[in-house]
Formats: sequence, structure tokens, C-alpha cells
Amino acid sequence: MVVDERAKVVTVTIDGRMVKVKDGCTVLEAARQAGIYVPTLCYHPSLSPYGACRLCIVEIENMRGFPTACTTPVTDGMVIRTDSAQLRELRKNIFELILAEHPKQCVTCAKNLRCELQEVASRIGVEEVTLPPIRKDLPVYRDSPFFDRDYNLCVLCGRCVRVCQEVRGVGAIAFVYRGSRALVGTAFDKTLQDSGCQFCGACVDICPTGALLDRESKWSGLPDKSVVTICPYCGVGCQLSLEVKAGRVVRSVPVYDESSVNKGQACVKGRFGIAEFVHHPERLSSPLMRKDGKLVETSWEAALGFVAEVLSRHKGDEFAFIASAKCTNEENYLAQKFTRAVMGTNNVDHCARL
Amino acid sequence: MTNSINEIGDASCVFVIGSSTSSGHPIVALEIKRAVRSGARLIVANPREFDLCDHADVWLRHIPGSDVALLMGMAKVIYDEGLADLAFVSEYCENFDAFKESLKKFELEFVEKVTGVPREAISQAARLYATCKPATIIYAMGITQHTHGTDNVLAVANLAMLTGNIGKPSSGVNPLRGQNNVQGACDMGALPNVYTGYQRVDNPEVRRKFEIAWRCDLSPNPGLTLSEMIDAAYNRRLKAAFVMGENPLLSDPDINHTREAFKRLEFLVVQDMFLTETAQLAHVVLPATSFAEKDGTFTNTERRVQLVRKAVEPIGNSRPDWWIICEIAKRMGAYGFDFSHPSEVMDEIARLTPSYGGINYERLENGGLQWPCPTTDHPGTPILHVGKFVRGLGLFMPLEYKPPAELPDKDYPFILTTGRSLFHYHTGTMTRRVRGLNAIDPEAEVEINPEDAAVLKIVHGEKVKVVSRRGEVVVKAKVTEKVPPRVVFMTFHFAESPVNILTNPAVDPVAKIPELKVSAVRIEKL
Ligand code: SF4
Ligand code: SF4
Ligand code: FES
Repeated sequence: MVVDERAKVVTVTIDGRMVKVKDGCTVLEAARQAGIYVPTLCYHPSLSPYGACRLCIVEIENMRGFPTACTTPVTDGMVIRTDSAQLRELRKNIFELILAEHPKQCVTCAKNLRCELQEVASRIGVEEVTLPPIRKDLPVYRDSPFFDRDYNLCVLCGRCVRVCQEVRGVGAIAFVYRGSRALVGTAFDKTLQDSGCQFCGACVDICPTGALLDRESKWSGLPDKSVVTICPYCGVGCQLSLEVKAGRVVRSVPVYDESSVNKGQACVKGRFGIAEFVHHPERLSSPLMRKDGKLVETSWEAALGFVAEVLSRHKGDEFAFIASAKCTNEENYLAQKFTRAVMGTNNVDHCARL
Repeated sequence: MTNSINEIGDASCVFVIGSSTSSGHPIVALEIKRAVRSGARLIVANPREFDLCDHADVWLRHIPGSDVALLMGMAKVIYDEGLADLAFVSEYCENFDAFKESLKKFELEFVEKVTGVPREAISQAARLYATCKPATIIYAMGITQHTHGTDNVLAVANLAMLTGNIGKPSSGVNPLRGQNNVQGACDMGALPNVYTGYQRVDNPEVRRKFEIAWRCDLSPNPGLTLSEMIDAAYNRRLKAAFVMGENPLLSDPDINHTREAFKRLEFLVVQDMFLTETAQLAHVVLPATSFAEKDGTFTNTERRVQLVRKAVEPIGNSRPDWWIICEIAKRMGAYGFDFSHPSEVMDEIARLTPSYGGINYERLENGGLQWPCPTTDHPGTPILHVGKFVRGLGLFMPLEYKPPAELPDKDYPFILTTGRSLFHYHTGTMTRRVRGLNAIDPEAEVEINPEDAAVLKIVHGEKVKVVSRRGEVVVKAKVTEKVPPRVVFMTFHFAESPVNILTNPAVDPVAKIPELKVSAVRIEKL
């Protein structure tokens, strides 16, 4: 990103505090910059402002009604209030309407405790919904090998639709209409694959509810830890977080980080293609040595000793090392150092050209 | 890359050549789409159709192997129409007159014939690239995997220099490297002619520096490249080989020859996570950990060194590759392999490598660093050649068109070109073991144009035989307009139908890259 250092700065007052912000930013961004919480649901930093859920309403001096913070740009001298009895009441009402269509069995939901909707509910202070629940009775779609789509839990924030269209440039899912009801789905109810889905998982990661969830790790709950590392597929070097539960990688997700190469995005290989190969039953777990034409298990001690002994007899240009574009820098460094310093030859190369 | 990935979205023109970005480098494709959404013009030059073609202002569907003609043709239009940045050329570049002279051979009539692209489209692309600035060129293996791959790369560089699109944000010449750490493996000197940071082994001063650091005598003679190693093994001049985390039996051209070469080795050690096709031929197989079980660094295609962090303990009795090499070296009585953690290896790399001089794990904890990063207070270099070319002056290279090593003929009438699928990686060692990925992309296919399929009476989904001078594979036919007539396409991820049985091992004389993008084949009904 090319940052224009001379970008204009304006001063606004939020909840009585003066803050300097970039001209052209939204009221919501200004509030976040000042560390002030404004509830949101349809807003996401990767997406363009949408203004659909209306949870982010605020009061602005000399403006009528309750503008949505996520779509209103700041102007110099603007005076904003994000919290008042009336705002709280309105937000509660709006949120109850959203929740009326959302099942309330959180304890049995796979997203329990890592759900954005739950978090917003507790911050707004909605514990109970007084409106009668509306059941949607929609089928659960299992047409992707990686994630399930249960639109009974959907709150129509449109984040999945927008990330697929705006960020991924795919447009595999859209708002569709079944009778009078708006739903998210594929055109003509086609399978995801037939509707051009690339299985990147961006929709899953951006959904604030349990509507879209990884199938494999659905019920693994909160991870014990998450380790930020770099994807082993392709030269882009996406930043991924490996979620670990009981010593196993259960999920790999891109974390939203403005300074990273991938800014919260990944492709199907990084998003869904890691845990399974790491823990694949065919992983070699013991050194093997050829005996009578067959590879048989042996100890590290025996294998290392044998390799060292045989290689001592092949020093010089009759030896070659094929290093690896999949291994780390340190490993490649050691491979060439070993070849040059120990084996006495420059015969070291890797599949750089493929 | 001369520039960074997240600059692409701010370019005014993006020129993508020889890269099916959406499958090979999906995140770069997102940046390209971001540029298009913000109004950038997009030029795509690729024989095979992929989703960026839909977003493009111009799609140049040139015949595989005709890139030099296409790029020089564009350069000629730019020069002839007065669109070149001559001030930039005269201030920062040299050898322009010789280059200008070589443009004469690229009359559009000739270029049209060689590339199969209408001249109007070539002119349109040239004008867009030269006038919408900053313009960035993005390319991948479609440029490099040719017997004239070096010429292709030079042709790309000529075009960027001619328009002054270098050394500025969102411009530049931006190769996308195939595997996750090719950039790093090259930077680390896993190459026969250079130590770390491209310091040459035949430079006595450099050699002396490494001899002192490593306390040993070093050979002044550049070693064998991978394809030369395979030939040397075949001729029994090479007797022992150590393969770390690669599967050349599937990835290298002319598999039958490669397999025989590996069989002739007296001693083969393979270090991998799985019993790959190559490991099955080994005398000793050492179980390596995956990236998730070790610390280290990868360097991405924009020269960004980033930390790889251990998430879980090694599976079974596997060990990190760095540990294994050190243990073998120590058992051979070698000095300088007593490392207890990869961060110590990085400290040694930094001491010996000017471009990595300022890189250490403590700094990397706060985010990646783009080399050159010579000192610990240097912020890294997102854009190369700012204000001045690294070599001094930018060197224009006169070029001429050379056809691919193997052209279609009566017996082998199709051009076979190869590439990647979004759903698999390299030889499939990892991705073929993920059920979901296999469910979406379960088997190899040969893509063939409906026109050719009709002549050969081949229907979609039918198994066919693809035959080249080197071998044959049986594979399912996918009848699709994605490939032009007389061109067929296969990916190289599938051991069951290994396309590299067919490919031509002829290499580029300088870069030694095999011509995986053009081989002559015929298609037979079973
Ligand atoms: S997985 Fe990716 S491509 Fe598929 S619907 Fe979700 S966002 Fe779109
Ligand atoms: S599926 Fe999730 S992201 Fe998509 S509209 Fe529904 S709640 Fe929002
Ligand atoms: S977050 Fe502003 S309207 Fe939804």
C-alpha cells in the first residue's frame, strides 16, 4: 500500500473526546481509532461499507436521525455521540429483530464461545428475545468437502456474499429469494462447485455466526493455542494461524493483519489443505534402511551412522545434494554448507526451475 | 520481484504473462483484481484461458514459446509510436542502440505470424502498457520454463526499462516463484555456482571468506545443475546423492530417464515426510518433519523473510531437516554444525551474507523483512532499483526470436504445455493426501479444444493416450475451449498420469531450466 504522507487530518469529537483522524475515514473508523466500541455486524475492515444491520447507529450534531457510523464519512469539527439511552434502546430493538430469526440454542452450536453474534449480544446487553422465534427449517448444505452451510443461523449481514464478490472476485454466492424471504445461496441452488466456488473459505472466516463452519474441526471447540506461521504452499508466503488442540493441528486460518501479504485471505490449499497432511497416517515415522532389497525400519543412531560412513567414501564431485525449495532457509543453508565444506563439491542444486 | 505484492493493487496497468495467477498464486490474483476494481487496465498474455482473462482489457492468446516475439513486438510499437520514456532510458540504461537495432526484425507482420496474435491486439497492449503508469509486469513459469527462458526474462526487462517502469511503486518486473521457498533456497546458495546471497564460488575473495568461516578448503569449480546431476548419475559419474524434501522423479522432465539415473546411483539418501516416488528408490530414508513441527524462515517471492513457527511436536520419530544434516555432518567429524536452534543458523547466514546482514529472529518476531537488509537498523527494501539500477545502469539486451526446441510435426501435431491446478501443489506429496482437495480435483486430465476433439472423435471424459518422443501416459480427456486448437494442457501433480514422462528435458543454455511449457505430442484414442 502506498501511504500518502500528506493525507489531510481532521479533528472530530467523539463522546466528548477530541480525536485527530484521516480525512475521508468513516465515523466508525474514527471511533475505533479512539478505542471506542460501537457495535457492528455487517461491517468488516476487508469490505466496503454496507450499512445493512444498523447496529452502528450514532448521533451526530446537526444531522437528523441516527446515521450509521460505518457508512458516514467524518468531516472536520463533527461532534459524534456513540452512546445514549436512546441509542441503547434502539440498538436493542434492532438486535432483537435480528435475533428473532436466529435459533437460541447457543450451547449446542459449534460456534459457541467464538461467535461474533454472541459477543455483540453481550455488549449490547440483549439476554433474552421477547419476540416470538421464527423457524426457517432450511436444509443444511454439505456440498463442499470442507465446510457446511446452515442458513438457519444466518443473520443476512451479507459479509460472505461481499467477500466472495469484492475480495475474491468470484461471486459464487449471492442473496437469493425463496418466496418472500431473502436468503444467501447459489444461483438456481446449484452446488458450490458448479457456481464457481474456489473453496477459499473466505466466506467461512468472515461469517459472524455459525452459519458457515469448517466441517472437519466443527466440534473441536476453542483451540489450546494458535501459532502464527507461514503457509508451505506457493511463493506468496501467506501468514496463517495454526490452531492446535491436544497436540494436533486442527485448523489453519489466515488472520486479518493489515501488514501481512495476504491480509486475512488464503487459498483452498492453505485454508483446508494443511491439518490433514501434517497428521496423515502415511507420514514416515522411523528411519528406513534397505536390507535385501527392502526398506526396513531402523533407529536414528543406526541410520545416521550408516549415512555418515558411506558418504565419507563418496566425497568430491561424485556426490550431489538436491536441496529443497520446500525447506527453510536455514536447512538450505546447511545443505549447501554440508555439500561444500564437508563433501568438498559444489554439486548442490534444487528444483528452483520447476 | 523488484516490487512488493501489495503494491500491485495500486498499479494503473497490470501486464500478466506466462502466469495462471489464479491457480499458481491465488493471493496475487486478488491483488490484480483489486487493481482492476480501482480502474487499472489489465493485459493478460497466456495461451490458456483462466479467470483473469475475463477481467482483462486485452487478452493475447499467443502460441506457446512465442513470448520473445510478442514482447519485442510490443517494444517496437512503443518505440515507433514515440511512447518510450527516452529520458529514463538515456539517464539510467545502456546498450539502447543495439537493442533498437534488434527491434527491426520484429515487424508486426512477422510477430503476428509467429505468435498467432492479431497485430491490433499487440499494438493495443503495447499502448496500454506504455501509457498507463505505473505499470507492473507479473510473470511466472510460463516465461521461464523454455529453452529460451532467459531471453523471455530479458525481453520482459527490456519492456519495463523502455517505459521507465522500474524503481517506482507499483511498477517493476515481478516474477512469481513456483514453490514456497524457491527464493530462499536460491538466496541460501542451494545452487551450484554461488554461496549465500549470490556470492560466486569462482570468486577467490568470496571463497576465502567462506573458507575462513567454515575452516575448510573449498572447490573453486561450479558444480552440476539438477539436470546435469541426473545425466551424470545416468552416466555413472555421479555415485552418491542426498535428496532433501524434493521428488524429482515426478517434477523433472523425462521421468523414464530420471528414474534410470536414480537407479544407477550406488548410494541414495532421501529425507522426506512421505515415502515419495523418489524415496522408494533410496538406500536410506530419513523421516523429516513438516513445516508445522519446526522453527525456521521462508523467503517469499517478494524477498520477504518470514518466521516459520513450530506449532506441534514432531510426528512419530521424525526430525527437522536442519537437525538431520547437522547430525550427519557431526558424525563425519565436521566443524561448524553444532547448532541448537535455527536462529543460530540465521545468525551465521547474516554474518556471511551482505543482503541478509541485518536479519535475525528477534527482528522477524515483529514481522517479515525484505532483503537487501544489510544492517540491523535497516528497514528492508520493498522496491529494488530505486534511483539507480543495482548493477549501475540498466542493460538493454538485443534479442532475436528462437523457436522452441521441439515443434509440432506430422507425427506429433500438438503442443503440450503444463501447469498447476489451484487444488494441488507441486508433485502432490501433500495435497494429494487431503481428501477434500482430491474430491474436487481427483485425477489428471488433458485439456483439448473441441475442434481437435471432434476431428479425433474424442468425447469429454474419455481416456486417451498422450504420446511424445519420450513416453506415453493414459489420461482422461477434458474437452474445453480453455485451450486453443492444437494445444493441449496437463498439470504435473498426479503420479498416476505423470506428465513429465512426456516433457522435453532440453534446457535453457544459461538458466538450465527445462522446456516444460512446450513439447510435441500426439493424442491417440484407446
Ligand atoms: S469459499 Fe471462497 S469462492 Fe467459495 S463461496 Fe466462499 S468466498 Fe466464495
Ligand atoms: S451466512 Fe454468515 S456471513 Fe453470510 S449473510 Fe449469513 S450470517 Fe452473514
Ligand atoms: S455495521 Fe454499520 S450498518 Fe452494519
